[in-house]
Amino acid sequence: MHFGGIKAIEDLDMRVKENQIMSIIGPNGAGKTTIFNCITGLTRPVKGSIFFSDVNIVNLQPHEIARLGIARTFQNIRLFKEMSVIDNIIVAQHCRTSSGIIDAVLILRKFRREERIIREKAMEYLEFVGLYDFANTMSGSLPYGAQRKLEIARALASEPSLILLDEPTAGMNPQETVQVMELIEKIKKLGKTVLLIEHDMKVVMGISEWIVVMDHGVKIAEGIPEDIKNNKLVIEAYLGKEY
Amino acid sequence: MSLLKPLIISIWFALLFLPFKGLKAALFFLIILLLTLLLFNSLFRYKNIFKDPLQKIFNLFEFNILTPLYESIYLRYVLFAALLVIPFFVKDYVLDVAILSCIYIILALGLNVVVGFAGLLNLGFVAFYAIGAYTYALLNTKLGIGFWSALPFSMLLTTIAGFLLAIPALRLRGDYLAIVTLGFGEIVRLILNNWDTLTKGPNGISGISTPVVFSFTFYKLTHFYYLLLFFVAITIFITKRVHKSRIGRAWIAIREDEIAASTIGINTTMYKLYAFAFGAFWAGLAGSIFAAKMQFVSPESFTFMESVLILCMVILGGSGSISGVIVGAFLLVLLPELLREVQLYRMLALGAGLVILMIFRPRGILGGKSASLRI
Repeated sequence: MHFGGIKAIEDLDMRVKENQIMSIIGPNGAGKTTIFNCITGLTRPVKGSIFFSDVNIVNLQPHEIARLGIARTFQNIRLFKEMSVIDNIIVAQHCRTSSGIIDAVLILRKFRREERIIREKAMEYLEFVGLYDFANTMSGSLPYGAQRKLEIARALASEPSLILLDEPTAGMNPQETVQVMELIEKIKKLGKTVLLIEHDMKVVMGISEWIVVMDHGVKIAEGIPEDIKNNKLVIEAYLGKEY
Repeated sequence: MSLLKPLIISIWFALLFLPFKGLKAALFFLIILLLTLLLFNSLFRYKNIFKDPLQKIFNLFEFNILTPLYESIYLRYVLFAALLVIPFFVKDYVLDVAILSCIYIILALGLNVVVGFAGLLNLGFVAFYAIGAYTYALLNTKLGIGFWSALPFSMLLTTIAGFLLAIPALRLRGDYLAIVTLGFGEIVRLILNNWDTLTKGPNGISGISTPVVFSFTFYKLTHFYYLLLFFVAITIFITKRVHKSRIGRAWIAIREDEIAASTIGINTTMYKLYAFAFGAFWAGLAGSIFAAKMQFVSPESFTFMESVLILCMVILGGSGSISGVIVGAFLLVLLPELLREVQLYRMLALGAGLVILMIFRPRGILGGKSASLRI
């Protein structure tokens, strides 16, 4: 997997290795979320190309990209608030199911089987992120930390091979943050690739295998966590303020 | 808050009353209304105290007070049986109102797909109703095609019309979408009004024949009543099935958050198209039945006010909730009829009723869970 130069952000060339946890860090306005938006097709880069397992996805619609196997979460949580927790997961399996209107109206065997399977799978995903007990709660009334976890579960439910997490620990207490870190490690163990935007340096340094540092839309450094910690440019641009 | 809200409400309604009955009556009305509201308020506060003993009594009958009445299965059977025998006991006038309610229930359920499920505001829904009615009217009077053979055609045509409207409209959102759909509704009405050679313009088309089943012609109101009961049942069943399926869930996801919906693999454009077309499909059915029942159609029946009325039914009953929409449609047909006695104050009372309802149940009568309409 590799991304060619996205001109809108300015010459960016980055690669995400399969089954790796990779972080993008950088000060606010560095263009991190824009990268996510380009990858998921929500914004279209002016120039350049993005390859996902050898397919150029730059001109595809968001739903086509999701079908290929990229899922994401959002910085400002975007759950389906008036749907129950389990329905949030069930609807996310949309592109992996196929019953049409006729199946549903006539309650054909195919429809019933598919409904049963996606319900069971949804419960599995809820168990995976630790929200099993909340299955029938309205997702809008969940506590903040649980909403973040539910969004991750929803992203997983569309069966992606690459999952993009946009600040998954923002606004969480230290205990919840540790839970999310464990969760990300577990996602990796499922054989999925994780691309992460994060501001919490403990999380970034703790779980990333590769880090890309952005500043003003330009990549200023990349490497393993130890190298990034000692990189002079990075410290100047970003880490210097916090470390 | 406990005093302020009832006070504002009663002053508001007293002011409404003022031009009709003078100052004295208005003041009297104000005091009465205020007292009633305060009484209700205090009753509401003590509701929880009564709940437990009541539940104990109901437990004897295995009846859970916490599940709303309309969800209990017994009520449904009783209601269905009552609906089946109604024609044997009532006057033609009541049947007429029931038939009208049924037509509006089908329409409101259709609009509910667009507004309640997919969250797209459609102010020109009556256009599809009109297309359905005129298609059957023209097929019947010009080509002599019967109701049952014409019905699929007219439903197909309205569905296609739904698609055609949706294609340009779906580039827009919220207010802009509402304006475009409003325009579409007016265009259809004006075409029907002015295309004299085909639609006979404002004179309308008369002499439309009624449905025939195995050489049995529908001529009495009772026949139409059962026909409509049948179609309403089908509409409820199918919309419910679709609502609970993959398609319905996709619609609700789009209503809740379009961007998130697209990133989990829902083709938002296609599903919005489906919503418009599926909603129009039911309007086509309602239109054909309307034409067959009235045996006459004219552009007058398909004004903008009609669209607003159907939208009111959906929002009043609880946008997105199927049983809510049915109640809403029924009430909005029934209320004006009940208020016929007080001719002069009919619209006033109706408006006041709507305002009260929106104050106390802003999400509609039965719309507890589902989302309200977001523009």
